[in-house]
Amino acid sequence: MTLQLLFDALSLGGIYAIAALGIALIFGVMKLVNFAHGQFIAFAVFALIVPSTDAVAVMGLGAAPALVLVPAILAVGAGLAVASEYLVFRPLRNASPVALMVASFALGVVIQNGLLVAYGGRPKAISLWPELGKPVALLGAEVPMLQIIVIVSVLVVLALLAVMLKRSRIGLEMRAAAEDFGMARLLGVRANAVIAGAFALSGALAATVALVLVAQTGVADVRMGGQIMLVAFIATVVGGMGSLPGAVAAGFALGAASVALQAALPIEARPFRDAFLYGLVILVLLLRPQGLFAAASAKPRV
Amino acid sequence: MTEHQARKLASLTTPLLLIALLAVFVLLVGAFGDRSLGRMAAETLIRVTLVVGFWIFVGNSGVVSFGHAAFACVGAYVSAWVTLKPEMKTLLLTGLPDWLAQAEWHVLPAAVAAGAVAAVLALVTGAAILRLSGIAASIATFAFLAMVNTIWANWTPVTGGTSSVVGLARYVSPWVGLGWAAAAIVVAAVYATSASGLALRATREDEVAASASGIDRYRHRLAAYTVSAFFCGVGGALMGHFIGVINPDGFYLSLTFLMLAMLVMGGIGSLSGAVVGVLVVSIAVEGLVRLEKGVTLGATEIALPAGSQEILIGLAMILVLIFRPAGLLAGRDLSLPAAWVAGRAKTTK
Repeated sequence: MTLQLLFDALSLGGIYAIAALGIALIFGVMKLVNFAHGQFIAFAVFALIVPSTDAVAVMGLGAAPALVLVPAILAVGAGLAVASEYLVFRPLRNASPVALMVASFALGVVIQNGLLVAYGGRPKAISLWPELGKPVALLGAEVPMLQIIVIVSVLVVLALLAVMLKRSRIGLEMRAAAEDFGMARLLGVRANAVIAGAFALSGALAATVALVLVAQTGVADVRMGGQIMLVAFIATVVGGMGSLPGAVAAGFALGAASVALQAALPIEARPFRDAFLYGLVILVLLLRPQGLFAAASAKPRV
Repeated sequence: MTEHQARKLASLTTPLLLIALLAVFVLLVGAFGDRSLGRMAAETLIRVTLVVGFWIFVGNSGVVSFGHAAFACVGAYVSAWVTLKPEMKTLLLTGLPDWLAQAEWHVLPAAVAAGAVAAVLALVTGAAILRLSGIAASIATFAFLAMVNTIWANWTPVTGGTSSVVGLARYVSPWVGLGWAAAAIVVAAVYATSASGLALRATREDEVAASASGIDRYRHRLAAYTVSAFFCGVGGALMGHFIGVINPDGFYLSLTFLMLAMLVMGGIGSLSGAVVGVLVVSIAVEGLVRLEKGVTLGATEIALPAGSQEILIGLAMILVLIFRPAGLLAGRDLSLPAAWVAGRAKTTK
């Protein structure tokens, strides 16, 4: 039972961590709170199926074997994010963070309603890799195969990302840009490359979340990215705006808190689980308004 | 009269001009419009109440809030709780406490109560949220919106859950809307020129310099947040009594988006921007809704697909942010020239 809860917490926390990382990456390099991230996720989900307003989903890309499908969906997510950067956020490069945030909110509405026009408003059933739902016995707990895959792939993604940020040139430049963008540019960091890179990564992370969500829920809904994006936002705030390790840690913490609340709350209070979660977050922020891992650049310099 | 006094007097003409503008709008629609245009006018004035309330906080503090639709939600339900017929409530909302289930108030005190409850809620939640810095506070307001929506959608015995509450008295005519819009505009103008409003705008311009001058950012933000929630609560109540049916999802992301779009397009920096933004976007929305229903041009019928209204407004919003970041009015207020107010001859330097 407790082991089962641990797996639940790890897999849910892992998804939150990946989503939070996608938001923190972009916030780090250009102080943009990307309210369109949830719609990036939804877009990647709908890229799996053929556009139509029918109730039954016809697999397009989703019918391809996993070896083709996974890279293709990651590319779709990255492509959408880079296109948004080029069309919307590049012209706003020098705008205030507030204007950027509002623009991303508007972009999210545009993408969501675009999906609505193309696919209709009703949720559609999708079965992606249904064989992964089977439970396997692990250390005395019944764990769905999918959960193990999610946990493993989250760890792999995080490890790859850490290596990339620590070892590669673009990773170094991204960390420099997150620290102090103006100074990094003066030292020869290519702004466009770094920002486009951050968007591409963020989009690919959104697509990862999308694949996991579809495999878990078996539903495609235009609103599906919203809830997870909200939790991811909260994770980035709790983790300290712009701190990547903070976002990951807070993502896992929120996943754990969410699973713990689900288990601990009395039955009649369970529908309010998310409300308790958000309330908990406000409580944490009252004690540490700067977040758990405040980035050095969080305080404005005078 | 010194130039300073003349300018101060001129700035007092702003709310009067805005109210006159709205009154002309109502009169024109009443004289030339059909029934559906009349409804559109009433809806527009409700939105003016909402967005001017929203502006009191966002415009003066420079902090974008995503949570004000939640105050409208609370306001709408409070008004429904106190005005619905008791037999209706015992049927639909079984969990209401006895005194509330028996209440049958007049609509005006109900609207005031709606605003007051929203304001109290803002005071309590704002005390926590507004301690955060600007961007983090914006995200926390978003969490607050989601929290209210989750509670309202699941607290079925009291809110009816996701099924709609029906049967609200539909009393909101354009003139009722105008009355509340005028009240919101007057309060917003008075607040903006009050000591607290000026201090808050100083923190908007330069947080560090303002706090170095001894301004307590937190206190003024909280004051503005509370006043602002009052009018959003009233606006929500009016919305409920305009449509007659309320539902938690009617006060969620699409309302937040609409309020933000109106404020951003008109210009976040001035009260006139908020009012003009509502008028421009409402007229555009009305046009688009008619296009979505289909228009016959000669022999061909053209209809936009559902959802294109949001897409076009979203795109317009992004274009405004790129090409006219301060909005249509660019932070200016409509007012009579200072020289007119003082009388040209008497103005001395």
